Amino acid sequence: MTDECTITEGMSAMDLVYDRPESLLDVRMHYCPGCGHSTVHKLLMEVVDEMEINSEIIGVAPVGCSVLAYEYMNIDMHQAAHGRATALATGIKRVLPDKYVFTYQGDGDLAAIGTAETIHSANRGENFLIIFINNGIYGMTGGQMAPTTPEGGKTATSPYGRDIGDMGAPIDIAAMIAPLPGTFYITRQTVHNAKGVRKTKKALTNALKYQQLNKGLCFVEIVTNCPSNWKLTPYEANQWMVDNMFDNYPLGDIKVPAKEDLS
Amino acid sequence: MSEILFMKGNEALAEAAIRAGLDAYFGYPITPQSEILEYLAVQMPKRGGVVLQAESEVASINMIYGAAGAGARVMTTTSSPGMSLMQEGISYIASAQLPCLLANVVRGGPGLGTIQPSQGDYFQATKGGGHGDYHMIVLAPSTVQEMADFVYLGFDLADKYRTPAMILADGALGQGMEKVVFPEYDPAKMKQPKPWATTGKANDRERNVITSLWLQPEKMEELNQLLQDKYRTISEQEVLWEEYQTEDAEVLFTAFGLAARIARKTIQLAREQGIKAGLFRPKTVWPFPYKRLNELARQVDMILDVELNAGQMVEDVRLGVEGVTPVFFHGRMGGMIPTPEEVLEKMEANLQTVRSNGQSKEVAK
Repeated sequence: MTDECTITEGMSAMDLVYDRPESLLDVRMHYCPGCGHSTVHKLLMEVVDEMEINSEIIGVAPVGCSVLAYEYMNIDMHQAAHGRATALATGIKRVLPDKYVFTYQGDGDLAAIGTAETIHSANRGENFLIIFINNGIYGMTGGQMAPTTPEGGKTATSPYGRDIGDMGAPIDIAAMIAPLPGTFYITRQTVHNAKGVRKTKKALTNALKYQQLNKGLCFVEIVTNCPSNWKLTPYEANQWMVDNMFDNYPLGDIKVPAKEDLS
Repeated sequence: MSEILFMKGNEALAEAAIRAGLDAYFGYPITPQSEILEYLAVQMPKRGGVVLQAESEVASINMIYGAAGAGARVMTTTSSPGMSLMQEGISYIASAQLPCLLANVVRGGPGLGTIQPSQGDYFQATKGGGHGDYHMIVLAPSTVQEMADFVYLGFDLADKYRTPAMILADGALGQGMEKVVFPEYDPAKMKQPKPWATTGKANDRERNVITSLWLQPEKMEELNQLLQDKYRTISEQEVLWEEYQTEDAEVLFTAFGLAARIARKTIQLAREQGIKAGLFRPKTVWPFPYKRLNELARQVDMILDVELNAGQMVEDVRLGVEGVTPVFFHGRMGGMIPTPEEVLEKMEANLQTVRSNGQSKEVAK
């Protein structure tokens, strides 16, 4: 296509230090400029390639901006109804216990309409990975309040700002499921800077490796942005995220397996 | 020669599912069908396979959606309020064209209703139930034996057409005990090739994506056309019904499931009084046997449709009859069951109306 820039001029194969992971399809993504989804997609597919599990992994993409993840990930994928990703993943993993299974869910999906499925999958210790993209807003439907929207957050359905007394406080699912014996590994990361990207990739790698141990649910939350619906530039959105999201959702490991559990 | 067993309908259904190679069952307790989950909870760990009590019917049906997509032979069962909760998932499964078997052991409604038998979910089962243009194959057993037989048939049809199939029973068929024989099931049918399943993208094939989402309306219409073509084929090839004493019938009862058993007894009573009555019982209520019913309608003076509801299948009966003969209805609701005597009384009154109006086919000749 003529409107796409190419950067191959002046480059030789020898100079190549970074390339698209094989498991990520070479197609244009629908995500908005600055959105964290594309970064997480790429990281996940890098991990899949590095672990060489492309033929052994099944992804579940429920309703939300990332429902079309199957357009980008060159692996077997199953689209789910809003909130039901972990029920689907339970069905898949229970009949294919030797395969890797992950869900890729937004905050409305995982923390509102799918809360029951999230908590009970965690409580049963389902042996799959939940990737939780928390940007504090409904993206696909156009910027409505999410259960994770920070206090005072202005959205299409909280136009005067989120009022805790009226609309409840931002919900922290990671903290809620951490005490459950069924959860094995829970961490919260971000992808807005190089350090965050590296740590997120490490978290995804850990989580998929832990799945081999069959010891319970792994949960990787990624606090990210939504420039379009926050009505900010990508740069401003990242700044707003640092200022408003991280207080509610502190980064770092929330539950890590003990050494003796890693065998 | 297979052994004759004495079982509850719910247990017979569960046992048949195991014999048909059930890989996984996901369900949530609800009266009057909890014995299915209970039976499988005992048997599946011993005989191989997954059984899981979900947190809700919403979760059950979506576990089915996932496991069916992964290529497993799967089943869930519930009763009316639970089936209402499953409708969203069924719509997705129909759209994504996945095979699975469902059973609704219907209880009286609407709302929380009662735990007594009912046929009040006929519309929900046969007309779609969830959102969008889809159908399920719906089998309506009338005996405990058929509770078992239709499990085999349901799995086969679901696989053949990649579509959800449902057994539409009721509380009496679920709870009642009768003799049952389990025919041999061909093991080859248990593991149909499912090249579309999400089992992990093997290196020798493209990735498999299971989805019900097509944002371009042209694509979505294409899928709808495909589904409608499939439903047409099913309507032409898979219609099943039973006739009882229809050869010389002047009065025809139409009824499915439990109501058909009441109609049978009524026919015996009617014939003792010299009234030639017969029964037309759809075994598939979707697809509905319109054509054969129309032929029979031309032969009889009147039809009395009997149901355990306010009159649901009677709409399909009238569609099939196309006005060639009067169609009457008798039903009880909310878990009440009509007696053969009350049905007979209703039929006699209807027949008198028809004959005094000179609508009898004999008179017309």
